[in-house]
Amino acid sequence: MPKHLLVPTLALVGLFVCAPAVHTQGPLPGAVYDKDRKGEKPAPAPRRDLSGIWEPATPGGGIQGKGALAMESCRRDKATGRYVVQQNPPLTDTGYATVDCLKPEIEPPYTALGLERMRAHKPVEGYRMVPDAVNNDPILGCDPGGFPRVVLHNFRTSEILQTPTHMVMLYKFQKRYRTIWTDGRELPKDPQQPAWTTADRLPPEPRWWGYSVGRWVDDYTFVARTNGFQDDRTWLDNAGLPQSDTTEVEETYHRVDANHLELSIRITDPKLYTRPWVALDRLSLRLQSPNFDIQEMECSPSDQKHYYEFFGGQTGLDTDPAR
Amino acid sequence: MRYRLLRTLGVALILLIASIPLLAHHGAAQFDVGKKVTVKGTVVEWFWANPHCFLRFDVAGDDGQVVHWNVELQSGPNILPQGFTRQTFKAGDQVTVTLEPVKNGRPLGRLQKVVLADGSTLPLGAGNPQN
Repeated sequence: MPKHLLVPTLALVGLFVCAPAVHTQGPLPGAVYDKDRKGEKPAPAPRRDLSGIWEPATPGGGIQGKGALAMESCRRDKATGRYVVQQNPPLTDTGYATVDCLKPEIEPPYTALGLERMRAHKPVEGYRMVPDAVNNDPILGCDPGGFPRVVLHNFRTSEILQTPTHMVMLYKFQKRYRTIWTDGRELPKDPQQPAWTTADRLPPEPRWWGYSVGRWVDDYTFVARTNGFQDDRTWLDNAGLPQSDTTEVEETYHRVDANHLELSIRITDPKLYTRPWVALDRLSLRLQSPNFDIQEMECSPSDQKHYYEFFGGQTGLDTDPAR
Repeated sequence: MRYRLLRTLGVALILLIASIPLLAHHGAAQFDVGKKVTVKGTVVEWFWANPHCFLRFDVAGDDGQVVHWNVELQSGPNILPQGFTRQTFKAGDQVTVTLEPVKNGRPLGRLQKVVLADGSTLPLGAGNPQN
């Protein structure tokens, strides 16, 4: 390195090395995301506590745009063994079989019906993605994304409120919430004829977000189970993986230390999948400052209509059927 | 020379930070990825929304015909760190837009860089000549 570049380079290196040491005691004040810092040593995990504002530890890490299972996505390069994206697939009128991401070896274990449902979906992301103009993704009309899609596609900043009887999950994406009961009630055994095992006078109705109950399996691991989804209008993710009224979801939250939480998701649905499968494997979440101001990502039907009129609706071919 | 090195490292850092929220509601099926087009025009509408903002602007061609362009950006909250706000553009502003066009040939694309009437460039860091 030329001598005259040495001083500024060392100064910058010093800045990056020393900066983390300033903030090793806990979350930053909340103006920006608090990220993992090299060399930090978080305090031990608190006992039986998920509360706080959480953000994927890796920036963008909660966005499984290519689909569940696809945190490392796309076509595997034979030479390197790594997955790569086909950057610019052709736009054709042959059903938009455009490929940006091939991952057949890690497809979920579809039943015949599951495969049929998956193929009927026209997502705007994943290896079967189509232009906006011809998609049939329900959330792009502002239907609720539901659960677990809010986590599998778009786990953005979220807050967990913990009370003696339940957890409340507040999600930035679509600005939604759901409740996980911890008061000892059982999950309805038959979601089609549901009843709570508590004194609630009314049975739960089928829901976009299902019914959820959870319990601590040890001091640092909380497991929630969800069923009771109303129908197949919700997708599991942005790539069009199907969901149904018989889907069951198991979420596992493992508190690693004071700053980190790991989230895994397991899907069971004998109607659509031949066996249970793991859709999310230990997504690392980072605790944020308690005064972090979560932004709004609301879906507005009038905004979406405007977007499709002037942009999304114009992105296909003249031969496309109307969306 | 020292300034140039610092500037290069600084811009690289800003671009790294700015690229983090570049995650759309849709993939790249409709875009001619890697192709760049630069056009100069007059703002018609700046639409601030989720999941996509867009900028409509008119471009006068050499033949006198006006082409109505539209470029999309990410969600409002996602582009705030890049320097965009709800007040960044108003109708009548002169802009020079570099965009990645759609494949079907229509005057649509996704914004790569915009030079505003005052000479400033967004997203932050994109104005450096080395980019």
